[in-house]
Amino acid sequence: MLNIRCPYCEEDRPEIEFRNAGEAHIARPDEPDRVDDRQWADFLYTRDNPKGWHAERWRHVHGCGRFFNAVRHSVDDRILLTYKAGEPKPDIERMLREREA
Amino acid sequence: MSASYRISGGSALKRERTVRFRFDGRDYVGHQGDTLASALLANGVGLFGRSFKYHRPRGIVSAGAEEPNALVGAFGPTGGFTPNLRATQVELFDGLVAESQNRWPSLDFDVGAINNWLSPLFMAGFYYKTFMGPKAAGGNWVWRQLFEPAIRAAAGLGSPPTEPDPDRYASMFAYCDLLVIGGGAAGLAAAETAANSGAQVILCDEQAEFGGWLLSEAQAEIEGRAARDWAADVVARLRGRDNVQLLTRTQAFGYFPHDFVGLCETIEDAARCRNPALPRERLWQVRAGRVVVATGAIERPLVFVDNDRPGIMLAGAAQTYLQRWGVMPGRRIVLFTACDSAYPTALALAEAGGNVVELIDLRSNVAEALSAPLRARNIAVSVGAAVTGSRGGLRLNSVEIRSVDRNGQTGAMARQLACDTLLMSGGWTPSVHLHSQARGKVAWSEEAKAFLPVARAGGPISAGACAGKFGLRAAIRSGADAALAALGAPPTVDVTPAVAEPALDLTGMVGRVPFAGDPRRGKAFVDFQNDVSARDLLLANQEGMVSIEHVKRFTTTGMATDQGKTSNLNALAIVASNLGKPVPAVGLTTFRMPYTPVSFGSFAGIGRGDQFDPIRRTPIDGWAQAQGAVFEDVGTWKRARYFPKPGEDMHQAVARECRTVRQSVGMLDASTLGKIEVVGPDAAEFLERMYVNSWRKLAPGRCRYGIMLNEAGYVIDDGVIARVAPDRFHVTTTTGGAPRVLHMMEDYLQTEWPDLKVWLTSTTEQWAVIAVQGPKAREVLAPLIEGVDLAPKALSHMAYAEGRICGVKMKLFRVSFTGELGYEVNVPADYGRAVWEAIWEQVEKYGGCAYGTESLHVLRAEKGFIIVGQETDGTVTPDDVGLSWAFGKGKGDFVGKRSLSRTDLAAAGRPQMVGLLTDNPAIVLEEGAQIVAMVNAPIGTEALGHVTSAYYSSNAGRSIALALVADGRNRLGTKLHVPMPGGSVSVTLVEPVFVDPKGERVNG
Ligand SMILES: [Zn+2]
Repeated sequence: MLNIRCPYCEEDRPEIEFRNAGEAHIARPDEPDRVDDRQWADFLYTRDNPKGWHAERWRHVHGCGRFFNAVRHSVDDRILLTYKAGEPKPDIERMLREREA
Repeated sequence: MSASYRISGGSALKRERTVRFRFDGRDYVGHQGDTLASALLANGVGLFGRSFKYHRPRGIVSAGAEEPNALVGAFGPTGGFTPNLRATQVELFDGLVAESQNRWPSLDFDVGAINNWLSPLFMAGFYYKTFMGPKAAGGNWVWRQLFEPAIRAAAGLGSPPTEPDPDRYASMFAYCDLLVIGGGAAGLAAAETAANSGAQVILCDEQAEFGGWLLSEAQAEIEGRAARDWAADVVARLRGRDNVQLLTRTQAFGYFPHDFVGLCETIEDAARCRNPALPRERLWQVRAGRVVVATGAIERPLVFVDNDRPGIMLAGAAQTYLQRWGVMPGRRIVLFTACDSAYPTALALAEAGGNVVELIDLRSNVAEALSAPLRARNIAVSVGAAVTGSRGGLRLNSVEIRSVDRNGQTGAMARQLACDTLLMSGGWTPSVHLHSQARGKVAWSEEAKAFLPVARAGGPISAGACAGKFGLRAAIRSGADAALAALGAPPTVDVTPAVAEPALDLTGMVGRVPFAGDPRRGKAFVDFQNDVSARDLLLANQEGMVSIEHVKRFTTTGMATDQGKTSNLNALAIVASNLGKPVPAVGLTTFRMPYTPVSFGSFAGIGRGDQFDPIRRTPIDGWAQAQGAVFEDVGTWKRARYFPKPGEDMHQAVARECRTVRQSVGMLDASTLGKIEVVGPDAAEFLERMYVNSWRKLAPGRCRYGIMLNEAGYVIDDGVIARVAPDRFHVTTTTGGAPRVLHMMEDYLQTEWPDLKVWLTSTTEQWAVIAVQGPKAREVLAPLIEGVDLAPKALSHMAYAEGRICGVKMKLFRVSFTGELGYEVNVPADYGRAVWEAIWEQVEKYGGCAYGTESLHVLRAEKGFIIVGQETDGTVTPDDVGLSWAFGKGKGDFVGKRSLSRTDLAAAGRPQMVGLLTDNPAIVLEEGAQIVAMVNAPIGTEALGHVTSAYYSSNAGRSIALALVADGRNRLGTKLHVPMPGGSVSVTLVEPVFVDPKGERVNG
């Protein structure tokens, strides 16, 4: 079971308090009527499935109820960081370099 | 039978306490502290079971969790039966009853042993080819009915229990700074080092007492004392600390992400005899800050022909039985080794009075210091030699020995050596299971002939033998270092206690022992539990399997309940040798949890019977039960399905309820409806974006039927929404849909439109909802209600008002899911039953009834009202089910809108909801049945649609059905067919409304 830090509660809590909500940083088009079928289908269905670090959404559903983002490694489940919804996607490569330095 | 193999000593035994037990119907006596394995060995029982495929007689191989052969079924103190227990881990208690497995009619005489003579049939791939095999065989009746069940029955493990488990199981959650797995030399040192630093420590070990190999050690001394005494001292010190939790009989079976470790603690059966309130097992879920893995090493068997005869055992196991349980393994003992650890074993057995005849060492160069003490005790030492075969029936009686030259070639001459016991040691395999489960990498060490754990920053730290640190001093040192590293403390001066121990090389060999003759003759077992021999691996390679994962599945090596603890490395080395590759090039199969089997009971914990699933009951549930209602499960809710009168079946009860509602009045407990309060200055705007309907212009005091889509354009929920105030909406959802709808609303509100000022609150359980439906509904309610004018003009259809009923605060909706004049009375849940009973008194005056969900479904289907999840299945648009009228005119964007103009959703010919009338009005169609264009359509005919709802309608006087049919609205009036097992049923497509097509009754 993952141990996830809720950036709102600022606490590490067990995964059963959370619910995964899919890939992060997929913005709903501002004006859906102005995107073509292809772009709309991409928004609906096209998702990355990387082997490695990726940003995903979580909701602290049995806690504060807030949605937030986490950068998690898809192989060994390490979580690099969690951050509030609306904050920009972090530069993962840079963070890893800084961590090693 | 006398306890003739029991000698003096045995640190685990309480000699003064004798324990009676029964094995395969025979009574025996052991001592407190015995395992079933040690007690039976002490009683001279060498035969423990029959092997999986060939039914070969098998004895004890090991003394621990890795035991592949001695699987037994046992009855616990409460009478609960558990199959497939390792006899090496079953502790005796007075009255234990155990039995061997996989034999019929008895262990000594087993009919299934004929499989051994039929073994050419059962070679590698047999099961694979037989059960996955050619159609010709699989389709043959005789094969499927007769042979396959017989083969399946003949090969197998113990039978599952037939009675419910009488035992209790507990679930524990724990947190610690450091979890130390394994209480041997390294684990004890790690735990004490961490404890000294003040950290919270949990130390667990699978055995009944801490100490690991220290308990079996015969020669080494620590600080001038026997190794096991040092262990006892450390344990005593740890016990005295309040920052250390000690768990014995506790298997770390699974290592999950983020250092979450599953432990299964078995409560000693003897303790449960004294205190029946104790659970059988406790499942510990430990969240550890850091983890030190100190799980030791497992001795490898040597792979030679007929290496599975009872009497052939691992050398280290024999030393353990001697030291801990005072058991001499046989009368005439030979050892066969590829490493140094068998030498001290031979000495210890001889010193205890054992008749140790000879030690055969595969290696040519052996230090004089090792062999001299043996020779001094008249134990012959033959180096550069191998055991190449064995003889005997139910017990070993001799071994065949040949010389082995430096190139690994065996000599032509063979000699037979009489013995009843052969102790083997192929070397020691570090237990990297948990490290691997933690997704740690391992690397092959040619020097250690083993895969060793590769440390990963932040990951578990392996210490001691499982990290390749053999020898007690090295293990203690590495345990202490691991604890310091785990806690982020700087390394301190070396405080490792003084250890006097012989320097032993435990590397040994991997693969098959040099042999004479045809490699395909004879069975040199690699995996005892799954009966896989070196020949099977060769066959797999010859059949083209080169990946170790393929070989594993083809031969089933390593796939038994022991997960190949004793066999994996030998199998790998044999495959590598067959393929002419180095071992690491073949690769390692995945180590999977659980390390040892874990009972379903401990996973279930208290979650069984009534506790299996939470049950939600409405405030009115007790009344319905008292009335004799029949209930159904709707999600986690219990809902009254119908209220039968004496002598009525469901059909009759539902017919009566439906008639009564349309003729006079009925009441329904609708409390399970999902309810969400949407509040705030932007509440209307928010709903405008979430639902297909318009909300901005809805006046306070009015309701509207709302339809929610997902972003793909499909209907996912519906419900009536009332505008309570300009900035406040009372949203209702489907019974099962409330959490999902709230989650989706929160998602959009928080992440897409965080600028909207809206607050969402679940109020499902705050309100009891009583639907009163039928022509007499107004008369029923009027005398009870204050503050609301029920006159049709004052409170018209789809109006909302607040007032009091029976003096209780009330939200009143004039809504109808039946097509009749109807109200839904919402009162605070605590008053639900009282208000219900007051309304019921009124309803009875008018000859009305209570009705359940079954009548609810029929009544709404008579009107063609959809149920989300019945008429819809996640691929249905509002237009498909005839709800285009609900769209707000001139609305902007809302969830799902863009998708509705995608080509496939806007295309003609989509499935559309229609009504179906069967030619024969008595036939009720089956929900889910397919609809086709022709009578008696052949299999493969494409369906035009399917039946979504079908009932007998007492109000229509016939059967009715709703269906989704391609281009259905253009087919109204035509006939289609519903193929059923008894023949096609002809149906006519009609408008989906069967009662009051003009919708006048709702006005009352
Ligand atoms: Zn939170």
